[in-house]
Amino acid sequence: MDFDLTDEQRLLSDSVTRLLADRYGFEARKGYLKQPAGWSAELWAQYAELGLLGLPFAEEHGGFGGGPVEVMLVMQELGRVLALEPYLATVVLGGTALKLAGSAAQQATLLPAVADGSLKLGFAHAERGARYDLTDVQTTAKRGGGGWVLDGAKSVVLHGDSADKLIVSARTAGERDDPAGITLFVVDAAAPGLARRGYTLRDETRAAEISLSNVAVSEADVLGTPGAGLPVIERVVEAGIAAMGAEAVGAMEAMQAMTLEYSRTREQFGRPIGQNQVVQHRLSDMLMSLEQGRSMAMLATVSVEEPDAAERARMIAMAKVGYGQAARYVSQQAIQLHGGIGMTEEYAVGHYFRRCLVIEHSFGDTAYHLARLAAQVE
Amino acid sequence: MDLRFTPDELAFRDEVRAFIRDNLPADTRERMRLGYPPRKQDSVGWQRILNRKGWAAISWPKQWGGPGWSAVQRMIFIEENQAAPAPELLSFNITMIGPVLIQFGTEEQKRRFLPRAANLDDWWCQGFSEPGAGSDLAALKTAAKREGDHYVVNGSKIWTSTAHNADWCFLLVRTNPNAAKRQEGISFLLVDMKTPGITVRPIISIDGSHHLNEVFFDDVKVPVEMRVHEENRGWDVAKYLLGNERTGIARLGKSRERVAAAKEMAREVRQNGRPLIEDPAFRQRVAQLEVDMKALQITQYRVVSAATKQSDGRPDPLSSVLKVKGTELLQSTTELAMDAAGPLAMPIWAQELAEMANEPDILAEAAEQASASYLMLRAASIYGGTNEIQKNILSKAVLRL
Repeated sequence: MDFDLTDEQRLLSDSVTRLLADRYGFEARKGYLKQPAGWSAELWAQYAELGLLGLPFAEEHGGFGGGPVEVMLVMQELGRVLALEPYLATVVLGGTALKLAGSAAQQATLLPAVADGSLKLGFAHAERGARYDLTDVQTTAKRGGGGWVLDGAKSVVLHGDSADKLIVSARTAGERDDPAGITLFVVDAAAPGLARRGYTLRDETRAAEISLSNVAVSEADVLGTPGAGLPVIERVVEAGIAAMGAEAVGAMEAMQAMTLEYSRTREQFGRPIGQNQVVQHRLSDMLMSLEQGRSMAMLATVSVEEPDAAERARMIAMAKVGYGQAARYVSQQAIQLHGGIGMTEEYAVGHYFRRCLVIEHSFGDTAYHLARLAAQVE
Repeated sequence: MDLRFTPDELAFRDEVRAFIRDNLPADTRERMRLGYPPRKQDSVGWQRILNRKGWAAISWPKQWGGPGWSAVQRMIFIEENQAAPAPELLSFNITMIGPVLIQFGTEEQKRRFLPRAANLDDWWCQGFSEPGAGSDLAALKTAAKREGDHYVVNGSKIWTSTAHNADWCFLLVRTNPNAAKRQEGISFLLVDMKTPGITVRPIISIDGSHHLNEVFFDDVKVPVEMRVHEENRGWDVAKYLLGNERTGIARLGKSRERVAAAKEMAREVRQNGRPLIEDPAFRQRVAQLEVDMKALQITQYRVVSAATKQSDGRPDPLSSVLKVKGTELLQSTTELAMDAAGPLAMPIWAQELAEMANEPDILAEAAEQASASYLMLRAASIYGGTNEIQKNILSKAVLRL
């Protein structure tokens, strides 16, 4: 057992922390939100320069050969500043799909472009009626024109509005809810017949609804084995859950620090509110939740590469429940202890609160994962 | 002991329910049903309809337009109105300034303000909290200096709900900065929001809505006859106002409405291939909330029925139980509704969807409002005395610790 970071990992974490501390103040972030994409293209270029965009890819693909721990370190820092860029969508979700299922040719062309910042990806799997069920795919792909023709719609595709290419799941066989018969495709976002409508989520990050009407893709754009997309989708989602767990930890740390500082400086009845035992105990409860949440985020991280699929799925589900509950508690109490000021748009804590809301409702919420675990109780 | 409504009370409930069903304007009903907060015109319109029926000034004496209801009837009305869901009576007018004027106001103040408050011709707001005076209200600094026949007010108030809609503000000010006790140098003034020197700055809440404000007073002249009760005795008025009938404080009807909204969404969305409403874990969560609502309802009956028997006017410390348990419950019901919405709780898109489709996307709107009300009602355990302060009250007043 070893929880220590290597020197390289510590160096990575420090350099990301430094960049973001410099460039991601709460005020600067407001400026990034106003940019057309809703995030900073300039910072995206800096992430590329620092090697963050190729972090989990092999060196031959312009990457650094990092693993889930390296991704965790980056996500934690992105969470701490509420970074808006499509790191999760592009590097974690899109990157994982390409790493797991991409042909040698696909990996050789696409991964270096992700690493150098020129290609942004979106993971267009979920559909409007699917809720969190990964097998609920109604978008279809039929043989035609020497390749495939896609029809259907995808919902709440994270950063789908700025993606250059989308990893789209579609049914090549079977019925709605069938585990078999789902195929992944790499689809150019500018393909004729593909329309997207971007919007913001509750936390001001971007997402899109995507409709596909007679979208033609070539045989070379099939990602992985036709009909066997589900295991890939599951692993992409697991990687997303692990990465978001680290992000939630960064966000919880930031809220904890803010609330602690506030309780030391805000005075009522002639003394700092942090001198009231009820406030002290509440901050202690938050700390305990944060540490339990951190443990679960670590569990998710080390489980991402667990070869036993059932065990991996179980650990990831546990982690999502654990850090999701921690994030809900810590964010609710952070607002409560701030009082009125915590309810305002102009103060940072409410933005962290809303990021936690989105994290909790992504890739299956607490109830969803708890039900999966409950079904396995022996 | 009988926990059931009497036949008269049941008949009254049916009468209220029927009146709301038949008279609540359709567009207001539709917005409220989707979980939107009422617009100004919704609140004004509905309160005027109720006032025509004599049902607006529900806790006031008949002489000033009250319906002469018992505490139980008032509770029934409030619950039915919340659960409809219909806009709530403007509490600043009905449960705050009205009873204050009836208790402390001059005849002239009563005649001038009460009928207009009942009919929502004047929209009142509450100028109490300040940046440095939240839970510790008596720390307020906004100063009123007597100059001849008026006061000159300088300072600022914060968290002033709906100040941007308001015609008048009831304001706590410091008239004697040298009083031996902080509470003894405070006066209660009525201020026309159109008076020169008043600036209202919006505060946007975390759900994106504009409900709160900061209000600045810069040499604002207030005629002396706009003072309520004696100079430097404003704390008595404030205490009376804050302790005044808190029948609606549990907001049980609102909790019911959120649970109903959650169930409605759960019928529309699928989980594991079948409607969410059939999911055992979801049903168990609903059942738990129904248990909690039942317990709170009975506790509320007990508080209300005790209030009808003792008339010393002192607030029942159990009203702090209603505030804490009621807001915890309300917050849990908003969580249920948000979780029922699932991933659809995340996007802010309903307006755009409606414009594109030329018709409302009911599920998308309900889901968006589910997360909005979750966000907005995080304030429920903060406003009206934080739940921590309520527990201090219980510790002191009930437990005598």
